[in-house]
Amino acid sequence: MTGLRHLIRLILRRDRVLLPLWVLILGALPAVYAASFAELTPTEESRVLYARTTAGIPSIEAMLGPVYGHSVEALATQRAGLTLLIVALINVLVVIRHTRAEEDAGRRELVAATVVGRHAPLAAALVVAAGADLVMGLLTAAFMGFSGGSLLLGMSMAFAGIVFAAVGAVAAQLTENAGPARGLALAALGVAYLVRAAGDATGSDLSWASPLAWSQYTKPFAGDDWRPLLASLGLTVVLAVAAGWLSLRRDVGGGLLPARLGPAGSTSLTGPFALAWRLQRGLLIGWSAGFLIFGLAFGGAASGAADAFRDNAELAELFARLGGGASLTDTFIATLLGIAAIAAAAYGIQAASRMRAEEGAMRAEPVLATATARVPWALGHVVFAAVGPVVALFMIGVGLGLTYGADVGDLGQVPRLIGAALAQAPAAATLTGLTVALFGLLPRLSAAAWGILAICLLLGQIGALLQLSEAVLDLSPFTHTPHLPGGEVTALPLVVLAVVAVALTAAGLWGFRRRDVGV
Amino acid sequence: MENAILVSGLHKTFGRTHALNGLDLTVRTGEVHGFLGPNGSGKSTTIRVLLGLLRADSGSARLLGGDPWKDATALHRRLAYVPGDVTLWPNLSGGEVIDLLGRLRGGLNPKRRAELLERFDLDPRKKGRAYSKGNRQKVALVAALASDVELLILDEPTSGLDPLMEEVFRECVAEEKRSGRTVLLSSHILAEVEQLCDRVSIIRNGQTVESGTLTDLRHLTRTSISADLATPLTTIPGVHDLVVDGTRVRFEVDTDRLDETLKHLTSAGVRSLTSQPPTLEELFMRHYQGAAR
Ligand SMILES: Nc1ncnc2c1ncn2[C@@H]1O[C@H](COP(=O)(O)OP(=O)(O)OP(=O)(O)O)[C@@H](O)[C@H]1O
Ligand SMILES: [Mg+2]
Repeated sequence: MTGLRHLIRLILRRDRVLLPLWVLILGALPAVYAASFAELTPTEESRVLYARTTAGIPSIEAMLGPVYGHSVEALATQRAGLTLLIVALINVLVVIRHTRAEEDAGRRELVAATVVGRHAPLAAALVVAAGADLVMGLLTAAFMGFSGGSLLLGMSMAFAGIVFAAVGAVAAQLTENAGPARGLALAALGVAYLVRAAGDATGSDLSWASPLAWSQYTKPFAGDDWRPLLASLGLTVVLAVAAGWLSLRRDVGGGLLPARLGPAGSTSLTGPFALAWRLQRGLLIGWSAGFLIFGLAFGGAASGAADAFRDNAELAELFARLGGGASLTDTFIATLLGIAAIAAAAYGIQAASRMRAEEGAMRAEPVLATATARVPWALGHVVFAAVGPVVALFMIGVGLGLTYGADVGDLGQVPRLIGAALAQAPAAATLTGLTVALFGLLPRLSAAAWGILAICLLLGQIGALLQLSEAVLDLSPFTHTPHLPGGEVTALPLVVLAVVAVALTAAGLWGFRRRDVGV
Repeated sequence: MENAILVSGLHKTFGRTHALNGLDLTVRTGEVHGFLGPNGSGKSTTIRVLLGLLRADSGSARLLGGDPWKDATALHRRLAYVPGDVTLWPNLSGGEVIDLLGRLRGGLNPKRRAELLERFDLDPRKKGRAYSKGNRQKVALVAALASDVELLILDEPTSGLDPLMEEVFRECVAEEKRSGRTVLLSSHILAEVEQLCDRVSIIRNGQTVESGTLTDLRHLTRTSISADLATPLTTIPGVHDLVVDGTRVRFEVDTDRLDETLKHLTSAGVRSLTSQPPTLEELFMRHYQGAAR
């Protein structure tokens, strides 16, 4: 482990802005939730009602996890169920960024040749990720007043991150490039989430198979139980050791599987679009498949809500009032689609960011030095960044429609839910457009698109709870998407969003034609 | 069209760095032109301006009779470029990259492609990172040399090639020249430059400090002489770094004053004399020195 200290310092130096930012924001989220519950449901009665109605419905439990109590903190803990997902996601990205992505860039060799232990780079990434998680957990506890289960909640969140940091570490050993490593680790995260969702929706023990569930079975503020975290710790150790063991079995820069030979030539790589297809198809297939699977899974869970209605007429009536006439299932699916919209935007940003990645890796230069003009080159990627999220949303609509429709015996749900899913596309497209605009006009700030997405996510998650002013909420494109299915459709906001997206994209392409390449 | 490349007074700044500071460069059609200069002197920057990837702040640049920025796409059909640092796509094989770049350029000669793969001993089936540095470079070289173009722009094309492959590269460039192509060759390998180039331009700190044939340049430098004389001399006019040790003298003399100096020596009676013509290395050292800003 020689050099571990220096490598940790290097990572902290490189992530000096991003790291404190996510640690602080995610650490503060549960306290924000708690504050808003304190305001929205001030009386014990109202909280009991809330816990029984919204929080106790299988479909909601599928999405967020179980609710164990009706204190303000317990409700906030359930609400933080999605935060666990985000924490895990960030940990995967952080670890792969500092391990496999470094090898991809050839920088690992530079470091590996110095006096640095063989395991040090991997260990450094894990130490930083775990350290950040623990700080985030302590912050969570501090913001929640260090009382009762707050420390347990903090540590539960931290361990959701730590386990997936270790998952990322293993994935980084298996594949030869950062992209597939990310795909692999995120697929593992997706499976963990779905398993937990399925288990919680059906109230079965299946959830225990998911590390995400362990962080919720600690029941903070409702009979604190630290033992599930032992499982998290155990799995982390196993995974970290496995990653270290795997890394001894491969070369720096190599994957565990031997690199296969490719074709000796190509007849299909005929132009910039064909090249973009080769570079983008993995993303398109991965996201579309992921969206389809989520749709299928949650379409099944959605009908659980319908069952709850059937059993409880009083509840149904309450919900009819709460949801402004929309059924509980519709409200649930609409919430889900709101999250899908953010995910689709993330895909759009990721796809559009490929241009900057190609430029940064000096792979754009030789292509642009051929008869390929800049705009066609960029358009190859832009087409995928624009169409890809639409395809992915279409798939989630299909998935939701199929399983939900089959459950309620009405396949007419398929087109209805496809429509509802596609209504999310314009909002997602504005962020794709923003990414293209940044790429063309302010290339050095390209990564800011991710920050803007995070802000939109935060606004969506806590904006309403914090009762931020309309004007602030309106800044997020996702605020303007109609609440579908069940809500009213107004075309104007969708058209405006689409126009904004197109305008941003056009501005980006205009800028890219004029700017220096490779700066 | 007499000049394939005509650059004058080119300026380019990156933030505070003045990368090009009034650079001039003339490459005649049909010649192999060496482009030399210390690290960071602005060679790659000049090439990127010529490729229309960077926009110059001021000055003029003409490439194959067109404007490298405005007519980029049309001009790129007529040239091929090999970057100094080749990065390949991790999921594309070398053969696919060669075909892609060739086709994007407007087509490549399949016979020549096969022949070059053979000569460079390159396996086109490996993928991106599976190639060694030299082999990555070969992928870009084959893609460029197999294209039917008027102008080759090569930015340190042989970095990482082994001596055998370096030799193959030289043969290829010589063939290109025979078939009438123009080559701009940026390089740090002086033997390569000496063997291939008709004319060279040396730049420093973004400015051209010398341009001409190698013979021209040799004239601008010094020959070192050491001699044993019959009668000691304490001064010799017009020489540099004179060291007198009894009857032995050692000094350097500007090549264009050689004749005059030798006359002076013979007047003192020469017993033995060795003269060393300037090596190319010395020539460049002299121009490179003081490059550090
Ligand atoms: N994109 C950029 N941003 C900022 N500075 C740059 C950029 N590109 C080049 N420079 C600076 O411009 C100067 C010239 O660089 P250039 O790459 O042209 O040198 P070079 O002659 O090709 O050197 P070498 O022999 O090392 O390849 C250097 O000082 C370099 O740091
Ligand atoms: Mg260079």
